[in-house]
Amino acid sequence: MERTETRPTGGTHTISLLVENKPGVLHRIAGLFSRRGYNIASLTVGPTERPEYSRMTIVVRLSSKPVEQVVRQVQKLVPVVEVRELSPQDLIERELLLVKIRTPEKNHAELRALAETYEANIVDVSPDALIIEASGNAGKLDALEERLAAYGIQELCRSGRIALERGFKTLAPPNLK
Amino acid sequence: MAKQKMTGAQALVRCLEAEGVEYIFGVPGGAILPIYDALFDSKLIKHVLVRHEQVGAHAAEGFAHATGKVGVCFGTSGPGATNLVTGIADAYMDSVPMVAITGNVPSTLIGTDAFQEADITGITMPITKHNWLVTDVAELPRVIKEAFYVARTGRPGPVLVDIPKDIQNAELDFEYPDSVNIPGYHPPVGEEPRLRDAAQLLRSASRPVVYLGGGVRTSNAYKEVFEFCELLNAPVVTTVHGKGSFPETHPLCLGMFGMHGGRYSNYTVQGSDLIVALGARFDDRVTGKLSTFAPEAKVIHLDVDPAEISKLVTATVPLVGDMRALLPMLTEETKKAFAQHGRPDISVWKKRVEEWREKHPLRYKQEGQPHILPQWAVEKIWEKTQGKAVVTTGVGEHQMFAAQYWKTSYPRQFITSGGLGTMGFCLPAAIGAKLGRPDAEVIGIDGDGSFQMTLQDLATAVDLKLPIKIFILNNLFLGMVRQWQELFYDNRFSETPLSDLPDLVKLADAYGCLGLRARTPDELDGVLDRAFAHKDGPVIVDIRVRRQEKVYPMVPAGAPLNDMIDDEER
Repeated sequence: MERTETRPTGGTHTISLLVENKPGVLHRIAGLFSRRGYNIASLTVGPTERPEYSRMTIVVRLSSKPVEQVVRQVQKLVPVVEVRELSPQDLIERELLLVKIRTPEKNHAELRALAETYEANIVDVSPDALIIEASGNAGKLDALEERLAAYGIQELCRSGRIALERGFKTLAPPNLK
Repeated sequence: MAKQKMTGAQALVRCLEAEGVEYIFGVPGGAILPIYDALFDSKLIKHVLVRHEQVGAHAAEGFAHATGKVGVCFGTSGPGATNLVTGIADAYMDSVPMVAITGNVPSTLIGTDAFQEADITGITMPITKHNWLVTDVAELPRVIKEAFYVARTGRPGPVLVDIPKDIQNAELDFEYPDSVNIPGYHPPVGEEPRLRDAAQLLRSASRPVVYLGGGVRTSNAYKEVFEFCELLNAPVVTTVHGKGSFPETHPLCLGMFGMHGGRYSNYTVQGSDLIVALGARFDDRVTGKLSTFAPEAKVIHLDVDPAEISKLVTATVPLVGDMRALLPMLTEETKKAFAQHGRPDISVWKKRVEEWREKHPLRYKQEGQPHILPQWAVEKIWEKTQGKAVVTTGVGEHQMFAAQYWKTSYPRQFITSGGLGTMGFCLPAAIGAKLGRPDAEVIGIDGDGSFQMTLQDLATAVDLKLPIKIFILNNLFLGMVRQWQELFYDNRFSETPLSDLPDLVKLADAYGCLGLRARTPDELDGVLDRAFAHKDGPVIVDIRVRRQEKVYPMVPAGAPLNDMIDDEER
């Protein structure tokens, strides 16, 4: 017989949740992840097309538990209207990066060129520093970060991941689909 | 129904009346005063004044377990609310439907560390199905409606509603909603149940076993389970909460399996090639070491909670839904499969199980023993009640002796704290059970350590003149811990011996109830007769048992289920 304890699925999973926009919901969800030992790699929450619901995107890193367990446990929370693992093949995912580089003005042109390659913007310039804003999937931002390291990253801020699935599929309560 | 103007407190009482609440277990306090004031006028609801909120919560559990209805308890803010926590956690682990209602400091003071303020919704989030902090009095009726609905549907469990004092005093136009609409709460409608796959497994199994858990109780599927088991004609094992879901006097029933299950029950599970798990969750106390659990078995797992499927043991065929609706469908499908392809021959398997049962029975030897053995005491009490009593227990050795030797043949007759393992559960649960089932003989089997954790509520039982009988298997030890110390900690009895305090007979006298004591085997029979003859209020029976007696057989924690240690002397 197959045992779950010998069947780790491993890796990271992107879980999308539609939750009621009520006080304490984040606490309930974060609490469930921590007490069940599910590792949150990133969590974002924000408004949706309907004011009564928020969408959360949670990237969870699992070493020994199947992701279905996580989805089923989360589904049991009353304010969670819908939850699903987004299929890695059909995923459009984005993160936002803000990075402050401390560098003399003579390097700015070079950085501008670099930013352009990564479809990034320079959103603040002062004589000895500038701030670059970039968005994209994690891999792209990692690469940009690596390139920028050479110039001396002063401060860096990255949002968690947000994601949607391609095509028609949506995450919505049956009565709203 | 026309809307009526009233306060939040009055509205709450009306909501509870509308839900058919008969008993509330609680203690008043500053932040819940308006509710108690409104309750004073209710002609339908009886309030039971307990002496500690934990007892209120356990009594609500006892009531709920014994009747199948939702138990209700009250507590004031701060310590009143935190005292409820153990009972709520207990109900959560054992899927007991319960609504806990707490008063809180006025909303304007919330978050200011006000006197007797505690963030009880924050504290109870991990141990409730859901909880609510009411911030607008107009929402109160809807919240109460939802609270009862969530508590009793799907996999039942506790919920908590926290009502600040100003909300209790605020006015609203009261109307009790007649339906609920919670967008995120839908008891599961999974995919089409794979009944044919399950029936196929049942037809081809040669060593099947049925494993019954507390889910039989929570879905009231007793009749359906009986029909299924009779059709299958296979061995049946239960968890501690499965006791009573199938008659333990029935020849198919092997009783409890697991850490303190019968050797034959454990061998049966380990040797099976198909486990039919009905409303059970493969707790570590029943599986033993998970990687060696029933190595050859396929698993049909029926449960109302999809999160239990393949949580610990992968289900070959999961069946998600209410057992009462789903199991008859499986029975029908199985009948069809049997009719079409013939029944599997399981006679060799059943013969093997019978051999195990004969060779390795649960055993003890009272004969020639100067002391009362706890197992014998349990059997004697069983005989005196012809096994018909509703039993509540505390937690510890006495609980396992009761689970092993109290043959439970009726639903809702064995009420215990299984998942959380809360000492002190016996007396409160007996109070709740007796109120819920006034015509039933309600007895408690408790331990001396366990009893002392909630004994102050003897006062409650005496107040209510409840003819419950609490039998304390007294070994002057925290016995289960002592057992582990003897077996695994080299007889180093760190903090487990209890002094001979209090004098339980004098204690009973102080509370104005009957106290009896049996010291020797000769005394037991007469003492039990006197206890059962007493109909006027509670009886406390101090049964002095052999102090070193241990619960056998035993699967050490983390060992394979068939790797049991036993008493070599007998």
